[in-house]
Amino acid sequence: MAVEQISLSGRKKVVSNKEMTFIEKIYLLTILKGLWITLKHLFRRKVTIKYPEEIREMSPVYRGQHMLMRDDEGRERCTACGLCALSCPAEAITMKAEERKPEEKHLYREEKYASIYEINMLRCIFCGLCEEACPKEAIFLTKSKKIANADYSREDFIFGKDKLVMPLEMAINNTKSNTAN
Amino acid sequence: MDTTTFIIEKGTIIVVVFAITMLMAMYSTWAERKVAAFLQDRVGPNRAGWGGLLQPLADGLKLFTKEEFFPNTPNKFLFILGPGIAMSTALITSAVIPWGDKFHIFGKDVVLQATDLDVSILYIFGVLSIGVYGIMIGAWASNNKYSLMSAVRASSQMISYEVAMGLAIISILMMTGSLSLKEITVQQAEMKWNIFYQPLAFVIFLVCSFAETNRTPFDLAECESELIGGYHTEYSSMKMGFYLFAEYANMFISATILSVVFLGGYNYPGMEWAEQNWGVNIANIIAIAVLFAKICFFIFFYMWIRWTIPRFRYDQLMNLGWKILIPLAVLNIILTGIVMVLFN
Repeated sequence: MAVEQISLSGRKKVVSNKEMTFIEKIYLLTILKGLWITLKHLFRRKVTIKYPEEIREMSPVYRGQHMLMRDDEGRERCTACGLCALSCPAEAITMKAEERKPEEKHLYREEKYASIYEINMLRCIFCGLCEEACPKEAIFLTKSKKIANADYSREDFIFGKDKLVMPLEMAINNTKSNTAN
Repeated sequence: MDTTTFIIEKGTIIVVVFAITMLMAMYSTWAERKVAAFLQDRVGPNRAGWGGLLQPLADGLKLFTKEEFFPNTPNKFLFILGPGIAMSTALITSAVIPWGDKFHIFGKDVVLQATDLDVSILYIFGVLSIGVYGIMIGAWASNNKYSLMSAVRASSQMISYEVAMGLAIISILMMTGSLSLKEITVQQAEMKWNIFYQPLAFVIFLVCSFAETNRTPFDLAECESELIGGYHTEYSSMKMGFYLFAEYANMFISATILSVVFLGGYNYPGMEWAEQNWGVNIANIIAIAVLFAKICFFIFFYMWIRWTIPRFRYDQLMNLGWKILIPLAVLNIILTGIVMVLFN
């Protein structure tokens, strides 16, 4: 077979510049054909997902908003090593480390913790490299469908620990279900 | 006393027709967005009100609150006059449309037509050709090259398609022997619609009406890809809204003319029977509903075409107008004449 006729996908169409026939030149018939095509679309199922009411089916490996995890005793796992910030291709993460005081043992698992932990959600590309880099399993990209909401000022998109750390109730529930198993 | 009742009667009709034209134009914008969405497998506006029914009000409100911008133009008066002309010409055409036969109220026959001019069709053509001034003056006063370009396009397009339109309607006039829309409607009673006798004239008239209302595939005057917004590039706020609104009012009027001249207007099969058995009023309410169904079909057809056929190139537009439609219309006149001589 000649090379020109090979079509691996089976969808190849040879373009031709043939003269239009009289019927094609009148347009009317072709316009009717076009109208028929659009009319069929009028009754087709709509592809729109009406967002706030309906939520898109997300893929099982979907990566949503970050969460700083707590361990079984409800202590923050993060030790502020900075590996996440280092691995971040978008330079979205900043943090400030601090030494744990003796009376804070019930709050932080490691001897060093992040007193400030900020992710700039405008920079973040949700690649999940921070999650992979973390040696303490402290940061995870959740499956939550909550994405950073629209807002007016850029400052509001820098999420601090108040938004990132796992809520205590959630940690308690997790521990409960773990001990039950 | 007679004058007073006359004024009240006609005044009511005028106000009602005005309100209905406005309402139809308003909801045409909604319908256009819905039809566009549905033809593209989307759902369209659905936030403001049920099914987005309050969307036109929201749009109007938005346009009213927008900043009113004036370009650096020496013709500020003409700049304001443009949208005014566009809007008023779009509205005054509806004066001669027979919306129904008559109502029988308070022992009096109320004719459902603002005025039954003997020359309704000429009147409509006259007003339509003034309509292009709205675009031309506004675009000229904008002091913008894109707008001027659009004005040139709009006026030459309107002039060329008015010829074919007029010639197409002549074959109808040969048959009816009257220029009055009322007379033309009456003659089409009992399914003797002109479209069955003059299909070619119908097609020519339909194509020309697309050009006259500046709708796709002939919306070269506001061709976004070449002229930004065309004649309303420099307009903002409600003046812009007037232009957009006038387009939909025009669409409503030309849909009405199409249904009156070719689809028998308010006539429907069995109207006479309904008049005898159910009374004049009920028969005419059905008649008005039937007319509006026809109008709505044409409005839908305009939108349907818009989302099916891409825009013509300018030379194609002119070729179609001068080299195809006008000869066809002349041919149609000759054919009509021959048929009339042979079969009468």
